Amino acid sequence: MDLTINGTSHTVDLPDDMPLLWALRDALNITSVKYGCGIAQCGACTVHIGGEAVRSCQVALADVRGEITTIDGLGTPEALHAIQRAWIEHQVAQCGYCQSGQIMQAADLLAHNPAPTDDDIDAAMSGNLCRCGTYPRIRAAVHSAASAMREA
Amino acid sequence: MGRVRTIARRSFLIGSAAIVGGVAFGAYFATRATPNPLLDGLGKGEAALTPFVKITPQGITLIVPRADVGQGIASTQAMLIAEELDIDPATATLDPGQPHQAYFNAVVAAESLPFPAWDHGFVAGTVRELMGQVARLTSSQFTGGSSSTADLHETLRLAGATARETLKAAAAERSGVSRGDLRTEEGYVLLPDGTRIPYIELAAEAAATKPVTDVTLRPSSDWRRLGKPYRRLDIVAKSTGKQDYGIDVVLPGMLHATVRANPGRGGAMAGYNSDAALAMQGVRSVVEVNEGLAVIADNTWFAFRAAEALEVEWLPPDYPANSAEMWQALIDARTEEFRNSRLRDDGDVEAALTSATEIEAQYRTPFLAHAALEPLCATVLVEANRVEIWTATQIPAVVRDAAVEITGVDPSRVTLHALSAGGSFGRRLDHDYVMQAIQIAASMPGTPIKTTWSREEDMAHDFPRPLHMAVGRGAVAEGRVVAYDLDTISPSLISSWFGRIFIVPPGPDTMLVWGAYDQPYAIPNYRVTGYAAPPMVPIGSWRSPGACSNSFFHESFLSELIHAAGADPLEERLRLIADADSRRVLEAVGEMSNWAGSDIGPGRGRGIAFAHTHGVPVAEVIDVTLTDRGIRIDEVWIAADCGTVFDPVNAEAQLTGAAIFGLGHAMNCELTYENHAVQQTNFHAFEGMRLHQTPKMHTRLLGQAERVRGLGEPATAPAAPALADAIFAATGQRLREMPFSRSVDFA
Repeated sequence: MDLTINGTSHTVDLPDDMPLLWALRDALNITSVKYGCGIAQCGACTVHIGGEAVRSCQVALADVRGEITTIDGLGTPEALHAIQRAWIEHQVAQCGYCQSGQIMQAADLLAHNPAPTDDDIDAAMSGNLCRCGTYPRIRAAVHSAASAMREA
Repeated sequence: MGRVRTIARRSFLIGSAAIVGGVAFGAYFATRATPNPLLDGLGKGEAALTPFVKITPQGITLIVPRADVGQGIASTQAMLIAEELDIDPATATLDPGQPHQAYFNAVVAAESLPFPAWDHGFVAGTVRELMGQVARLTSSQFTGGSSSTADLHETLRLAGATARETLKAAAAERSGVSRGDLRTEEGYVLLPDGTRIPYIELAAEAAATKPVTDVTLRPSSDWRRLGKPYRRLDIVAKSTGKQDYGIDVVLPGMLHATVRANPGRGGAMAGYNSDAALAMQGVRSVVEVNEGLAVIADNTWFAFRAAEALEVEWLPPDYPANSAEMWQALIDARTEEFRNSRLRDDGDVEAALTSATEIEAQYRTPFLAHAALEPLCATVLVEANRVEIWTATQIPAVVRDAAVEITGVDPSRVTLHALSAGGSFGRRLDHDYVMQAIQIAASMPGTPIKTTWSREEDMAHDFPRPLHMAVGRGAVAEGRVVAYDLDTISPSLISSWFGRIFIVPPGPDTMLVWGAYDQPYAIPNYRVTGYAAPPMVPIGSWRSPGACSNSFFHESFLSELIHAAGADPLEERLRLIADADSRRVLEAVGEMSNWAGSDIGPGRGRGIAFAHTHGVPVAEVIDVTLTDRGIRIDEVWIAADCGTVFDPVNAEAQLTGAAIFGLGHAMNCELTYENHAVQQTNFHAFEGMRLHQTPKMHTRLLGQAERVRGLGEPATAPAAPALADAIFAATGQRLREMPFSRSVDFA
C-alpha cells in the first residue's frame, strides 16, 4: 500500500482496516500524530488528507484517498507556518500533547475561512479536546494567525 | 517566627565534583543538628551532592529534576539556574537527571502536616522543617503538590551562582586577573581587557578549582530573565510536533504491547484462554502481569486488537459493586468509629447551633479520572544485568526501585529516561503502568518493548479522585455567620496512595480535610471533622487533592449561610478573614470584577469563592447567563498570590488552566461503578470543558506574599464552588452535587 505523506511516498504492508494513525506512528515513526482516544472524541490525531482535516484514528488505510499532511508538513522549527508562529507567540501549549491536532484543525479552519469569528472558531475547534485548558490562548492564536495570513 | 526552610536558607554549603571531561556544580543541603531523632544516624555535615550544572567542552547541561507534566517547570528550573549562571538557557541542554536522593522534595512532605499553610507559627514551622529532613532521608523525589518552585527556587539559583563564581575563579587562575575584576555574560567570562573566555573552554580548569562557596543571590531588581515574560523552552517543539513524550519513543527492534486488566480493579484472574489472541496477525506473545494480561505485538493496534480477543475469567475485587453501595459506605462512616481528624475546633459549635436556627446541607463529589490526553505508557529494555526505562513519571526514584525489585538488578544498573508527559494531573504519581511495562519487557530480554494503555484501559484503571461527601450544619445571627460545622467523609487518600508507592505516614489523613479545616476564616464557632470511610476502589492524587472536593463543600455551605444571613458574599468573607494575603486576593478580585453583589441582572448570576490551597490564596468570581441552550459561563476573574512570580506567562496559563480544569469536571464529569467496573469508557462520557464553553478569563497575581509557592493546582479548588454560587444567583437552584450536569444543562 502506498501513502504520500508530506510530499514523500511510503510503502507499507499492513491490513486494510488498520487505522492510519497507527500506520503513521508505529510503522512510519511519524510520532507527531498523537493517540488520545481512538474514537474521534479528542482530535489529537488530526491530519489532513487531500487538504481536509480528518481524525486519523478513524480512517482505515484502505480508505486513504489523497496526500496526507501531518504537522511536520505544515511547518518546521526552521520554517514555521503562520499558525505555528501564532501558537508560539501566544505560548499556547502546556503539556502540548493535543496541540498538533489543534494546529492541524486550525489550519483547516483558516484555509476555508480567513477571518473567523469566535463562533466560527468554536464551531471548528470544539472537537479538539485540551485537558490542560489552553482554550483561551488557542482562540487568541487562531485570530492572530488569521490576521497574519491575511496580511501575508 | 519559625518559617519553613529558614534553616535550609542558612545552611547551603557548596560543593563540586569532577566528572569525565567536565565539571558539575551543585549545592549541598547540609544537615544541621535538629531535634529530630531520625536524623541522628546521618552525622554532622553529611549531605547528598546535588549537581544541577554540568559543563563540558561540548556544552552546558542543566539538570532539571522535577517532571514537566505540562506545567512548564522544566523551563522554570532552567531559567532559575540560568539567571545566576549568566547563560541563555535556550543554548543549554536540559536533562532531568537520574533519580537521586539529592533531588528530594522537602516542601511536599511539609505540606502533608496538620498545620494550615497560612499558619506561620513556631510549632508549625519547626515541624515542617523536620518533615523536610525526613523527606531527604526517604528520597522523596516527588513532583507534585505545586511544590517545585517553592522547593527549588533558591537551590537552583545557588547552584547557578556557585557555577558562575567557580568558572570565574578558574578564569582568574588562567589570566592572573583577580576574580573580583571579572564579569560574566551569556556563557562567557569577561576580562577587563575585553577578552571573552567561553565557559565551555574553562570546564577542565573549573573541575580542578576549589568551588566558590561565598555566593549571594542577586536581588530581583537585577534579574534579566526571571519575572519577565519569556518563552517557554519547549514551546517551539510543542508547536511543531517535535516534542518527544513518553509515548513517542522509537528504538531499533522495538515491539509494542498493551495491557488488559481486571475491570474490577484489584480483583484476581481465575483463568484465561489466549489461543484466539495468539493466532492473530502480528501477535508475539501473551504474558501475565500485575492486574491481568499483556499482549506483545508488532504494533500497538495489533496489540489492542488481540487484547480484546483474550478470554479471561475475572474474579471480583473486595470493594462494593456499584456507586449506590459506595455512597452508602460513606454515609455509614459518619460515626465516631471512622472519625479521623478534628483539626479545626474553635468556640463551641454545638452550643451555638442549639441557640439558633440550624441550617443543614449535604454535598457530594464523584470519583473522577485524571484522563491525561497521553495515555499511560512506558518503554522498557531489560538485559542480563541492566534495565533501561523511557517514561514520564512524577516519582522517578520509586520507578527505579520497582525495576530493581522486579528484575533483581542493582540500582546502579537502572537507567531512567524521564520524558515529557502529555498531562498528568497527579496520575503519574503512581507507577502501576511502569511496573507492568517492566514485567512485559522482562519476559523478552534484549528486546525494547513499548507498552501503551488504550484510552479504555486508562479510564478503567485510573486511581481516581475519591468520591467524597460532606454535611454542613451552621447558624447565622444579626446578618453574620456565627456557627459552622462541616463533616467531610471519604476513603483515605493517604492510606490508598501512599500505601502503594511509599509508606502510610502516621497521624491523621490531612488530605482528607485539605481545603476545609485549613481555611483562614475566623468564624467564632467553627469545626471541621474528617471521617475516613473504609477503603474501596484504590484512589489517587488528583489536581488539588482533597481540596478539589472540600473547597466545593466548604465554600458552598459558607455561601448558603451568607445568603441566609443576608450578607454580601464578598464583604462577609472579608469580615471573617484576618490573614492579609487572603484579604488582598479577595479585595483584588472584587476590584477586577467591579463587584457589586451577586445580582447582575435578569437571567444572569455572579458567584464567588475563595480557597487557600498549596499555600496560595485564590479568589474567583464567575458570571453566568441562562441561555435557551443552558447555562453559559461568560467570564471568570482570578486573583491569587504565590509570592514572587518567576515565570509570568506560564503562571497565567496555570491559573486559567487550573480553573478550566476545575470548571469542566464540575460541569459534566464523573466515574460511576457497576459490577465493580467504571462505566465511563472514553471521552464521549467524560468530556470536561470544550472550547465553545470556555469563558473570557482575567487573572491577577499580586506578588506580595512573602513565601514563594507554586501555581499548578491552587486555582482548581475555588472554580467549582464559584460556578455553583453563580448558578444559584442566576436560578435560585443550589447545586450540591457534582457533576452539575445532573441538575442543569450547559450551553
